[in-house]
Amino acid sequence: MPNDVAGADPAAREITYAEAIREALATAMADDPRVILMGEDVGVYGGAFGVSGDLVHRFGVERVIDTPISELGIAGAAVGAAITGMRPVLEIQFSDFITLAMEQIVNQAAKIHFMFGGKANVPMVVRLPGGSGTGAAAQHSQSLEAWFAHVPGLKVVQPSTPHDAKGLLLSAIDDPNPVLIFEHKLLYKTRGIVPTEAFRVPIGKAAVRREGGDATIVATGVMVSRALAAAERLAAEGISTEVIDLRSLRPIDLETIAASVRKTSRLMVVYEGVKTMGIGAEISAMIAESDAFDYLDAPIVRLGAADVPLPYSPKLERAAVPQEEDIFRAAASLVRTGGA
Amino acid sequence: MSTLPRANQRPELSAFDDGTLAEALRKMHLIRKFEEAAEDCYMRGLIHGTMHLSIGQEASAVGSAIPLAKSDYVLSTHRGHGHCIAKGASPDRMFAEFFGKETGYCNGRGGSMHIADVEGGNLGANGIVGGGLPIAVGVGMSIKAQKLDRVCMVYFGDGANNEGAFHESLNMASIWKLPVVFVCENNNYGMSTSVARSTAVANIADRALAYSMPGDTIDGNDLPLVAATARIAVERARRGEGPSLIECKTYRIRGHSKSDRNLYRTKEEIEAWKAKCPIRRLEGELLNHDRLGSARLAEIEADAAREIAAAIEFAKSSAEPDLAGLTRYVYAE
Ligand SMILES: Cc1ncc(C[n+]2csc(CCOP(=O)(O)OP(=O)(O)O)c2C)c(N)n1
Ligand SMILES: [Mg+2]
Repeated sequence: MPNDVAGADPAAREITYAEAIREALATAMADDPRVILMGEDVGVYGGAFGVSGDLVHRFGVERVIDTPISELGIAGAAVGAAITGMRPVLEIQFSDFITLAMEQIVNQAAKIHFMFGGKANVPMVVRLPGGSGTGAAAQHSQSLEAWFAHVPGLKVVQPSTPHDAKGLLLSAIDDPNPVLIFEHKLLYKTRGIVPTEAFRVPIGKAAVRREGGDATIVATGVMVSRALAAAERLAAEGISTEVIDLRSLRPIDLETIAASVRKTSRLMVVYEGVKTMGIGAEISAMIAESDAFDYLDAPIVRLGAADVPLPYSPKLERAAVPQEEDIFRAAASLVRTGGA
Repeated sequence: MSTLPRANQRPELSAFDDGTLAEALRKMHLIRKFEEAAEDCYMRGLIHGTMHLSIGQEASAVGSAIPLAKSDYVLSTHRGHGHCIAKGASPDRMFAEFFGKETGYCNGRGGSMHIADVEGGNLGANGIVGGGLPIAVGVGMSIKAQKLDRVCMVYFGDGANNEGAFHESLNMASIWKLPVVFVCENNNYGMSTSVARSTAVANIADRALAYSMPGDTIDGNDLPLVAATARIAVERARRGEGPSLIECKTYRIRGHSKSDRNLYRTKEEIEAWKAKCPIRRLEGELLNHDRLGSARLAEIEADAAREIAAAIEFAKSSAEPDLAGLTRYVYAE
């Protein structure tokens, strides 16, 4: 059983991933006057993906702030506000544009607490709509989360359900450190059960979404639902897979993965970022360095994006990132022939 | 281009001969019809993704390109169909790109937001706001280093003028006296945010002062005025006297992209700008001054419509990229 889906909560209802994020923002803003939302077109436009919606009408332009198109500037403004008593939440319109704000995120936000010997901290949240599948081409479709998981001082999470989108955002706002949340454009309209109350999903804890005995599939972001769909088809063929939703890249929950590998003896990692030098490499190495390595019966399999910028052509775009069919085939081959 | 004064005509109009103005009108129609057709294809599910239409802004794209030669360069934006056609690209390969076909300008890899016609001097649209500005500085350096008789014109929106890249680029172009013309298409909004809310100066061209270059704020829907202003800046750049900033005040009639609900502006505002259509305005002026007759005007428009219809057929009948080529073009051979 997934470990924190609201089962018995009578106040839970089905809402979209975008609505769940908005609900978390509204809750945090209502509870804490230090919380502000800033970004391009988060005001009356309601956010490029409709996430902030009517928040500007509920909390006013002083707290839901439309900024100029100045990513480096607004990231730095969030750092400055955070170190002096505010709780800024920054929306970067497409996660790709975080590249313009790298300096403030990586050199400043991530390091201030350390460099100052703990004398200041940076409680800011950066929301980043990422991922491919919308025909937005090479500069609007990337999955850059692994870059940031490489930086000590940052926390990086990737919710795959409306429930986790709300719970992780509330945890991120509470957190005394900079937290980057990689949301997925294809998930905004997906629906799921979400409690009305202000619950938290802990940062650093993976979720077992499906239990199984033949292989472990660790998936992130939009790959979780694809892995679950593949697992359903695999089950029909007599292959039982355990699907883990990683949820948090930094800190990473190695224990949940290792425990699963000890049980299933086979591991596959599925993620949307480029396969090379990515999340799969890190998880594979962590398992190889741990006692779980002794339990492996087959080489570890990584499924990630091809070594190519995301193409515009729908046919090429689809082929560039793992699809349900790819996961199904790779997992079947891993179990039947050891991945050969 | 003859610059003979003509009786009763303002100098900007008399500066350009009939052939130049007829060609400008043809390109404006091509742009308008290209984008209307793209919108229609999107509604019918033939094009995916999104698109940024420049309907209403055709005069700034076409007018500014009039003084450019084929060997000159342009760098464009996410709202770049107009710049592309103005620089001489053909709508059939543009549509093929939009349809994600192998025959497109970028072999279906780039799509609307990345169309580049490198042979024609168009170094690409850009998905990153302000992304082309620093590149223009480098193109200017290259022109200067190789002693080429060329200039580089870079387009950007009002929203882009608040990116650090804008300020860094104008400064470098100025200190190194580069042959770059900065053309700001100020349509009063960066997505939903008006210039008044995003920008500390009333006129973006006022920022030229901070970088010691000429800055001109003009009516961007007035094609002869845009062309005459651009000509001065291009000639200055060719003479090695350095960069200029031109701000074309205009308006995008359509939403920012396909998901825009226009919550930040009024219907009345949109309607008022529709009445300032740069195409009808130029036609009216040409008729009034007896420069082109109504039959010729109708013929120009009908030819453009035919060209666009043929371009769509070309795109539809072209092949999709081959899956075997998925990782092609990542590295140069
Ligand atoms: C660096 C960056 N930030 C944000 C965006 C998203 N975006 C695309 S176009 C746009 C508005 C640009 O406004 P402007 O420069 O005025 O050009 P216009 O769309 O009006 O032609 C925004 C915010 C982007 N593509 N790149
Ligand atoms: Mg604009």
